[in-house]
Amino acid sequence: MLARLGQRLVAGIAVILGVVVLTFLLLHLVPGDPVEIMLGPNSTVEQRAAQRAALGLDRPLPSQFVTWTLRFARGDWGTSIAKGQPVRRILGAAWPATARLVLLSLVLSYVIGLAVGALQAARSGSRTDTLLSVASVTLFAMPGYWLGLMLVLVFTYWARWLPGFGAAGFDADYLTRGGWLVDRLRHLVLPLTTLTVIGIGGAARFVRGAMLDTLHQPFVTTARAKGLSPLQVIGRHALRNALTPVVILLGLSLPVLFSGAVFVEAVFAWPGVGRVLVEAVQARDYPVVMAATAVSAVLVVAGNMLADLLATWLDPRVRTAAT
Amino acid sequence: MSALLRDRRGAFGAVVLLVVLICAIAAPLVTSGAPSAQGDIVATRFVPPLKTDVHGVFHALGTDRFGRDVWTRLVYGARISLSVGLLAVLVSVVLGVVVGAVAGYWRGPLAVTLLGLTDFALALPRVVLLLLLAALWQPSTGLVIVVLGLTGWMSVARLVHGEVRALAARPFVEGAIALGARRLRVLVRHILPNALTPVIVAAALGIGNAMMLEAGLSYLGLGVQPPTPSWGNMMASGRDTLVNAPWVAIAPGLALVLVVLGCTMLGDALRDVLDPSAR
Repeated sequence: MLARLGQRLVAGIAVILGVVVLTFLLLHLVPGDPVEIMLGPNSTVEQRAAQRAALGLDRPLPSQFVTWTLRFARGDWGTSIAKGQPVRRILGAAWPATARLVLLSLVLSYVIGLAVGALQAARSGSRTDTLLSVASVTLFAMPGYWLGLMLVLVFTYWARWLPGFGAAGFDADYLTRGGWLVDRLRHLVLPLTTLTVIGIGGAARFVRGAMLDTLHQPFVTTARAKGLSPLQVIGRHALRNALTPVVILLGLSLPVLFSGAVFVEAVFAWPGVGRVLVEAVQARDYPVVMAATAVSAVLVVAGNMLADLLATWLDPRVRTAAT
Repeated sequence: MSALLRDRRGAFGAVVLLVVLICAIAAPLVTSGAPSAQGDIVATRFVPPLKTDVHGVFHALGTDRFGRDVWTRLVYGARISLSVGLLAVLVSVVLGVVVGAVAGYWRGPLAVTLLGLTDFALALPRVVLLLLLAALWQPSTGLVIVVLGLTGWMSVARLVHGEVRALAARPFVEGAIALGARRLRVLVRHILPNALTPVIVAAALGIGNAMMLEAGLSYLGLGVQPPTPSWGNMMASGRDTLVNAPWVAIAPGLALVLVVLGCTMLGDALRDVLDPSAR
């Protein structure tokens, strides 16, 4: 168990390091100069050289990389070239918004997807199953940014029920505590719905497959033969065993969800890591891009490890196979 | 083939893709005028769907803020979006088959390196990588194809690797080697044709996925650049006029959903038809 965890940890750290090295190389090997963007086209050559030296961009690449890594590990993430603020403050302000969105939609879409998929497997081949299959594959095919736009169109512009942009209203600072919470929740509804609805499609599709596989196993026949009710067979025996691949998928879908969040954040002007990353990439803001990429790599790797642990806990066979 | 069309999902997917493909190829025949032409902007902009503008020209899907016919742009956009999806998947399938076959057939340090590379690439956050690559070079259609292809080969490589390893132990492969066939010939002539079934399924699913990502990149302004129409940048321009002309954003989105749905359904049906054991 511990050895397995250790292995995963080493592999995870290797991936994070790889991502950071790759990002660093990509950023520095391609055309585009942050100093030029920063100082504008009217700056003189001397001004640019001075700025480059001040930022440490004139030193050789390996030395820049080592300096960056050491500082990053110590918690000094540098200063944003475009905004002049510490990178840690920018990301520190952004990550709770993304985490809130991604985790809530992960839980919601899996709870609903699990229920839908289990229902479909229990009624496999029926009209309900076909209908739900078509619905989930349609949701699966829907691009998040487009679904988001459509929700904004209907609920913000036509019905005028819900705000479509940002995480809080302009008047958020002047609201009472209750009003503040309501304002926050109202802003959360549309982005959360967008991410969740798409997640349900994928989750239901997968749960249905995993459940059908399980329902064909001998132990389910045994449970039926014992005279258990269909609900007990599904709930106690089949679902629990079908859960292992689902939990593994849950961990794997964290990066997918994060990717989805990048687009959804762009649509809803949601102040999260995805939007910071998009803006920083467009402005060639090296320190922010490096830190945001490293943070998202850590998130992705952590998600995979968490899923692995959960799967081990759920399925004793995985546990014994590891030791 | 007939089994595929008897499957309702397969028939649906095939029909959708065929119709879109024919429209895209025959674009000049099913539309009138150029997709990027801007005529009398003030008089012809924001014409609602199914209405005729002041010059008596009928617009089935309305016009956008420059008075351009949305149907025309949709059809020409299909050319771009479909070819980006197809070519990107082609790149990733070729890469994936080569890496998977080599790693599955020749054991040793090379295989270990290739498998490690695959696992590593699989763990990278794809959209983050896409954003980086697309933003750092000058955005263009070719770049989108390369970037999508380079970030999508890993699942194919894994599939092929598994298949090749299993097939290499089968008697007919030993027979071919016993007859004196060279290893490369055995791999290409005897093993690979038998290993391609899951690749075809993965490719069908991959095309839909690639088209969705292309649209996403173009939506963020990092993909196909206007005035060349792609479904992604059409949605992006529709976003700005969502209030007074929602049809500009609705049309390409619906088209994209339909095509991705077609790809997924076709992929599912293919899997069932080609691999009866998985049913």
